[in-house]
Amino acid sequence: MTHKFIEPKAPPISDRSVVGWMRNNLFDSPLNTALTIIIAYVLLQFIPLVLDWALFSATWVADSDACKAGSGACWGLINAKWRFILFGTYTYDEHWRPFVGMLILLGACVGSTIPVFWKPMRLLLLWVVSSVLLGIIMWGGIFGLSYVENTLWGGLPLTLIIAVYGTLFAFPIGILLALGRMSNLPAIKSFCIFFIELIRGVPLISVLFMSSFLLPLFLPDGVNIDKLLRAQVGITLFTAAYLAEVFRGGLQAIPNGQFEAANSLGLTYWQSMRMIILPQALRLVIPPTVNSFISMFKDTSLVVIIGLMDLLGTVKSVIKDPEWRIFYAEGYVFAAAIFFFFCYSMARYSAYLEVELRKGEGH
Amino acid sequence: MKVLKTLAVASALTATAMVGAVSADTVDDVKKKGFVQCGVNGGNLTGFSSVNDKGVWEGIDVDVCRAVAAAVFGDASKVKYTPLTAQQRFTALQSGEIDILSRNTTWTLSRDTKLGLNFVGVNFYDGQGFMIKKALGVKSAKELDGATVCVEPGTTTELNLADYFRANKMAFKPVVIENMNEVVAAYLAGRCDVYTTDASGLASQRMTSVPNPDDHIILPEIISKEPLGPVVRHGDDKWMDIARWSMTAMVEAEEKGITSKNVDAMLKSNDPGIKRLLGVTAGLGEALGLDEKWAYNIIKQVGNYGESYEMHIKAKLGLDRGVNDLWTRGGLMYANPAR
Amino acid sequence: MEHLNDEGVRAILYQVLFVLLAGMAVWYLASNTISNLEKQNVATGFSFLNLEAAFGISETMVDYEPSDTYAHALYVGFLNTVKVSAYGIIFTSIIGVIFGIARLSHNLLVRSVATVYVDIFRNIPILLQLMFWYALIINVFPHPKKALNPFSDVFLTNRGIYVPIPEPHPAYMWMLIAAVVGCIGAYFLKKWADKRQAETGQPFPTIIAGFGVVFGCALFAYVIGGMPTAIDTPALKGFGLRGGWNMSPEFVALFVGLTVYTSTYVAEIVRSGILAVPKGQWEAAESLGLKRSYILRHVVLPQSMRVAIPPLTNQFLNLTKNSSLAVAIGYPDIVSVANTTMNQTGQAIEAILIFMTVYLTLSILTSLFMNWFNAKMALVER
Repeated sequence: MTHKFIEPKAPPISDRSVVGWMRNNLFDSPLNTALTIIIAYVLLQFIPLVLDWALFSATWVADSDACKAGSGACWGLINAKWRFILFGTYTYDEHWRPFVGMLILLGACVGSTIPVFWKPMRLLLLWVVSSVLLGIIMWGGIFGLSYVENTLWGGLPLTLIIAVYGTLFAFPIGILLALGRMSNLPAIKSFCIFFIELIRGVPLISVLFMSSFLLPLFLPDGVNIDKLLRAQVGITLFTAAYLAEVFRGGLQAIPNGQFEAANSLGLTYWQSMRMIILPQALRLVIPPTVNSFISMFKDTSLVVIIGLMDLLGTVKSVIKDPEWRIFYAEGYVFAAAIFFFFCYSMARYSAYLEVELRKGEGH
Repeated sequence: MKVLKTLAVASALTATAMVGAVSADTVDDVKKKGFVQCGVNGGNLTGFSSVNDKGVWEGIDVDVCRAVAAAVFGDASKVKYTPLTAQQRFTALQSGEIDILSRNTTWTLSRDTKLGLNFVGVNFYDGQGFMIKKALGVKSAKELDGATVCVEPGTTTELNLADYFRANKMAFKPVVIENMNEVVAAYLAGRCDVYTTDASGLASQRMTSVPNPDDHIILPEIISKEPLGPVVRHGDDKWMDIARWSMTAMVEAEEKGITSKNVDAMLKSNDPGIKRLLGVTAGLGEALGLDEKWAYNIIKQVGNYGESYEMHIKAKLGLDRGVNDLWTRGGLMYANPAR
Repeated sequence: MEHLNDEGVRAILYQVLFVLLAGMAVWYLASNTISNLEKQNVATGFSFLNLEAAFGISETMVDYEPSDTYAHALYVGFLNTVKVSAYGIIFTSIIGVIFGIARLSHNLLVRSVATVYVDIFRNIPILLQLMFWYALIINVFPHPKKALNPFSDVFLTNRGIYVPIPEPHPAYMWMLIAAVVGCIGAYFLKKWADKRQAETGQPFPTIIAGFGVVFGCALFAYVIGGMPTAIDTPALKGFGLRGGWNMSPEFVALFVGLTVYTSTYVAEIVRSGILAVPKGQWEAAESLGLKRSYILRHVVLPQSMRVAIPPLTNQFLNLTKNSSLAVAIGYPDIVSVANTTMNQTGQAIEAILIFMTVYLTLSILTSLFMNWFNAKMALVER
């Protein structure tokens, strides 16, 4: 509380000149001036060091001895091992196949972001076709492609497959869980709440442990499922619980009038959901769904703990080589850059969508 | 709706491709699928199981699986390998993901009983040792009071370590990381003073993972008994018999002087024991439910125990036979009579 | 068959059907599990908890020996989880709020640095970050014999950070009690000050006075307790440094990784919380002649906290759950200890059940606390 009359403020400084801009943006108060100076000083110390390490003094040839002689980063590691890092133990001469597979998968993902495909049947068709193609190209065994079993899959394609299919299969389960959680039927409602809260209350690693150690015990004697499929089951259930909460947010945002109007038209529960409510609700939750996918994409790296060779797994396997051991940082930075590229572009896309969809609201 | 149906059928097909069936009878199952699924050490443990330059698995543990495949199929190459960490190995076996676990696993009472496993035998007698940087000047494990020790979790080593320090009233700090390679990396980075595992494992790591092997020494103390051997699921005696006698055949062959080189000549031997083993006199194969040539195939394609040891352990790690020599030469390898 | 068209009847029918199906599924899985376990002769039940654990644990907050039971080992792991989560939550909040505010700064440099920080660290998987930090710490920092020594008696090594601490003395116990008493005193002081401000408009420097009360009480106890001065300094002995207070590389890597990763999420929440406060609030406060920092602290942040608390709760829970990744870098948290237990005993179901229960309980407790806090913070509508 002040009792004195406050002096009128000075007129704003023009932003047009360089000096004016700097005064407005960097030096407009003592605190800001101090911060600017400190940060500028730190950056000036820090950036040349990083640049020198990463670029100027870096070694690019694929030779660990040359790297050890150099003082900067050893990108030679990536030069020597990039194929293993990207494709893992997939048959070496067939590396074009996981590459094409990855393109198919990315194509399907990008396709799903185009509004033309935002019709259930079209989406379904898109994914069925690309999944079949992906299966053919990755497993092979027909059309003259040699058979490559999925225990050999690794690297980036594996990361993408787990994340994309985890989300894809989680989608319908998530919708059902969300509808169940909002249903009036107490038995179904409590089951859905129990499932969602159980999964959301525990770390992903415990779900993965469950699916990888316990699932085989739950199945009848004589049935054995593949390690990849087990991880996929764990990730799918985990994602479904998170997506369910996203969808619930969308459903709750639909005005009650819509439910009532649908009811009064005599539509059954499933008809009104399918034709009235879900199309609106799902449209609303596209951005948070993309965010949820980003989390999933990052979390797939946890499968390395249960022994799958995803992108992180291949990097770790490369840097255990005594010749390259001391260049662990380059390996991690390379993997981090790939993850960053995917996550950041998706995050931008989700932010863009948020703005776009808000435009469409028309009020 | 048609699309939906296609989708359902496609996913069902994919799922069945990835879901295998294991019957209670592992032999029938193995025969049906045409190969032995063998769990091995995924950490590239040279001498025991590692992938060579040509992408082929080799080592003394790998040879056990090859022997079983030779016995069942007459072809030692009909093996598929699943690399496993110490943590994953028993679950992989229990769940039926693998048919036999040959991953330098110590035979202990609790594992044989509470874990639902059956140990087939011992293919390498080992003991736990310590590796330490020479520069620290430590000469004996008794001087390790207060040391930080890198150890792999889920192993007998982890327990022996605690036992040893407790018995000698010394303090230690364990550094326990998920898999073998991580543990070794932590030791090499200097996170720990000492790395402990089976002595053969130390020798193997010193040969392959350590940049300057001469900077590290293995301390003389062996603090435990580690009989390493292959493992199968509890409750499948027929499969256990095949695994056990395939291993035994390799030792028996060495006792009788049969090698992969002279096995064809030995077919003409007059020794009734050799005749029985090589199937010249019928009976043993039938008893195991296998071809009478089972042992012949093992010896021909994999070799006898001594050959396997020479090729993998002696040549690559420089470890002498020691206790792993035949009983006739003062070692512990003793083949139960194949008759 | 006419009553099948009755909605109420159908609802009951559906539910009975659902319960039956779910029950059958559970029964099916359970019977499979039991028969599998029986066939393989795997031990079951929780009796293993009373057996001797026989393995060592590197860092413990309570006494632990390999001769203790599995139950105690798991308890030690649980405390380690709580420890890293508690530190993580505190520092995440601080760093997150700073970066959240910085992202809205007028200062271009501050804003860009904050944006780059948030964008980079939230788009790289946490596991990768943890592994990177761990590898960095154990490879870059020197052996204890060549320890970095930035301040006297503080050592940075690849065995962790060592700092001197006062040797144990009963006076410190009394100081703690006195500080708690001081906190209670400060609470009443605040109540009194609020009341007086409401009545007379006289402000009271509650924060400074409050700290004064707490520290004063502690200091008083210290003096009464005999002013112990003995310091436990880390010193080279045997294989490394002994004495002092030690933070292991595993703990540091986990703590730094979790804090950095989660703080990017907290920063975004704080930012959108601030943006959610209408601009009019800023303008109104400014026209009252309040300073920017004062507006931020007393007008904007309290309002944005209301928006931010539910998502913040989620992030704190996420941090706690992510601490389970300790298993990958060797920090002995509950998952890591349970993992070892499950391998030594072969009882995977029980071990996994134990740590899942622990996390569920932590989650539920946190939600309950946050709900209570949320209700307390919510706008009182009149």
